[in-house]
Amino acid sequence: MEEVVEKYDSTGYLDMELLRFTTAGSVDDGKSTLIGRLLYDSKSIFADQMEAIEAVSKRKGEEHVNLALLTDGLRAEREQGITIDVAYRYFATPKRKFIIADTPGHIQYTRNMVTGASTANMAIILVDARHGVIEQTKRHAYIASLLQIPHVVVCVNKMDLEDFGENAFEKVRKDFEDFSAKLAIKDVRFVPISALLGDNVVNRSTNMPWYEGPTLMHILENVHIGSDQNHIDARFPVQYVVRPMTTEYHDYRGYAGRVAGGIFRKGEEVAVLPSGFTSKIKSIDSMSGPVEKAFPPMSVTLTLEDDIDVSRGDMIVKVGNQPESKQEFDVMVCWMGDKPMQVGGKYALKHTSRDARCVIKDVRYKMNINTLQKIEDDNNIALNDIARITVRTTVPIFLDGYRKNRNTGSLILIDEATNNTVGAGMIV
Amino acid sequence: MESSYKLTHLRELESESMFVLREVAAQFENPVLLFSGGKDSIVVAHLARKAFWPAKIPFPLMHIDTGHNFPETIEFRDKFMDKIGARLIVASVQDSIDQGKIVEEKGFNASRNALQITPLLDAIEEHKFDCALGGARRDEEKARAKERFFSHRDDFGQWDPKNQRPELWNLFNGKKNMGEHFRVFPISNWTEMDIWQYILLEEIEIPNLYFSHMRECFERDGVILGKTDFIETRDTEEVKPMQVRFRTIGDATCTGAVLSEASTLEDIIDEVASTRVTERGGRSDDKRSEAAMEDRKKQGYF
Repeated sequence: MEEVVEKYDSTGYLDMELLRFTTAGSVDDGKSTLIGRLLYDSKSIFADQMEAIEAVSKRKGEEHVNLALLTDGLRAEREQGITIDVAYRYFATPKRKFIIADTPGHIQYTRNMVTGASTANMAIILVDARHGVIEQTKRHAYIASLLQIPHVVVCVNKMDLEDFGENAFEKVRKDFEDFSAKLAIKDVRFVPISALLGDNVVNRSTNMPWYEGPTLMHILENVHIGSDQNHIDARFPVQYVVRPMTTEYHDYRGYAGRVAGGIFRKGEEVAVLPSGFTSKIKSIDSMSGPVEKAFPPMSVTLTLEDDIDVSRGDMIVKVGNQPESKQEFDVMVCWMGDKPMQVGGKYALKHTSRDARCVIKDVRYKMNINTLQKIEDDNNIALNDIARITVRTTVPIFLDGYRKNRNTGSLILIDEATNNTVGAGMIV
Repeated sequence: MESSYKLTHLRELESESMFVLREVAAQFENPVLLFSGGKDSIVVAHLARKAFWPAKIPFPLMHIDTGHNFPETIEFRDKFMDKIGARLIVASVQDSIDQGKIVEEKGFNASRNALQITPLLDAIEEHKFDCALGGARRDEEKARAKERFFSHRDDFGQWDPKNQRPELWNLFNGKKNMGEHFRVFPISNWTEMDIWQYILLEEIEIPNLYFSHMRECFERDGVILGKTDFIETRDTEEVKPMQVRFRTIGDATCTGAVLSEASTLEDIIDEVASTRVTERGGRSDDKRSEAAMEDRKKQGYF
């Protein structure tokens, strides 16, 4: 039973990168099986987890070990055989560490996929080779595009049920490309797989010699993610002001935050918003010593040459490259509240480290995400709807378009009565 | 160490955790960091030091003390607090038992693990903490895989897994009503392997229980337990010296040891890489039922 595992090179971790991806698929397209396959073939399933799901599968009289049980975390999910919420999975190969945001395919679909997609570098969209591109596939592609996931891999699954034939695969590729031409997906690849049998997931398929591209795992391990962050437009939302007030650091004032875009270097001239005061970066501090430059997504502490008033919610930027400062702007919103959006209603708004209140002034259009048609004159924005709206905020927001920067182009809306997060917004 | 504009996975995780810790300091009035003396809470405390340096951690640390500790844990805890200059609060399970709020479990498998819920919730109420930071990770257990970074608790301290707030980008919503609080998990995205690699990378001190040593142990239901005063052994259970180490450090009555010769961090990383059992596989508290963790979490467990 014990497998021989290669000796782990404990120095290798210094070069490992992190890739976050989300999986999208409709019911019964083999999403759980694919995740189970990735975990199993990369030896990330432990013996006690395997024994536990073997026992449950046997008790339920199932023929195969049900790998889907690995991803069903809550009692209600196991009882009903459904997935309720976004679940996060982890595995690693010698090259990369992976975080999977596993989102359910049925209820609350849009809300969950948007949540999983918001932090992802890559989306895997599963298509059943027998059914081809269906309405749900289009929805997945639209959300991947809306959320600006940098890389998309369309896995054409169940190729074994199509006798591993090239035609089924090519049809999916063509149909998907026709549809996605209308979208803003930058990098899309196609892989024919059988998650059940393992073809082209981790190990290369011998059943599809006509396919010359890489396996899914090869893409996961090698896709270039170094350019996924914006390294041009320097943005530093101030999260917290560090004031030690000790003898050693008596006058120290540091601005703690996570770089949201661009590169900051010691000595550079910067401006602080909203005051507009300028200064120079005196130091970029960390507990292990000062650093010369900071880039996304580093968490650092900046100190400035001049004693100017800076607090949480302010943004440090370069003098010659500033975000727009606006109180009225358009947002593509995915509605996540149980109660429909109130046009004219007031909501709390969070954008970077800045808190504001806002009023929904107008619904420009609602999106039919199956046909990509814009529906005008429909102000009823309910759970899982996507719409373009205009908001007006109580204070200026320092914003970039979402396409330019996911960090400074995103916001959430909060219901002030329940405190629930009810809207995910992408600034147009 | 890092190539020009890329972070290694450990530095990216570190940065994410520091971001979460700073959000807590900014969004809550009175947070507390739950500290067990185990490696995960040591890493969270280390990250908190980094997040606020050169200032001290701007909130206290709290130990929910089952009274059933390995002596090494307490010794380590006190030295650690001295070193980082943090304020420590101890909430004791024994006190709650003495006050008649909870009843000690009886029998051979008696454990104080689930009994930690009452002193934890009482301490949160007494000190008016509005946020309790913990070192739980999503890879630990299946109910934890669905946990948020910012996890809302109602005024009874309960978790409602089916009604969680969506968490988007890195915009964390810590808004709440009076009496409610949050549990926040800065190392949600770390795995056991990441923790060990990071401890090695950052040269973080940890209790010597994690390294191989000789200890009087016995086996029960496939789990190796250390012999202590708090646990009764059956006549059939043979207590003998074994060369072991602990993968997790919790209540001494239910934390299993593993046979191991790993005496350095590098050895431990090699061992974790080749092991085929999850770290909670050695915790008999999780073996009580398929949803043992979920049930405890709903009631207000860590």
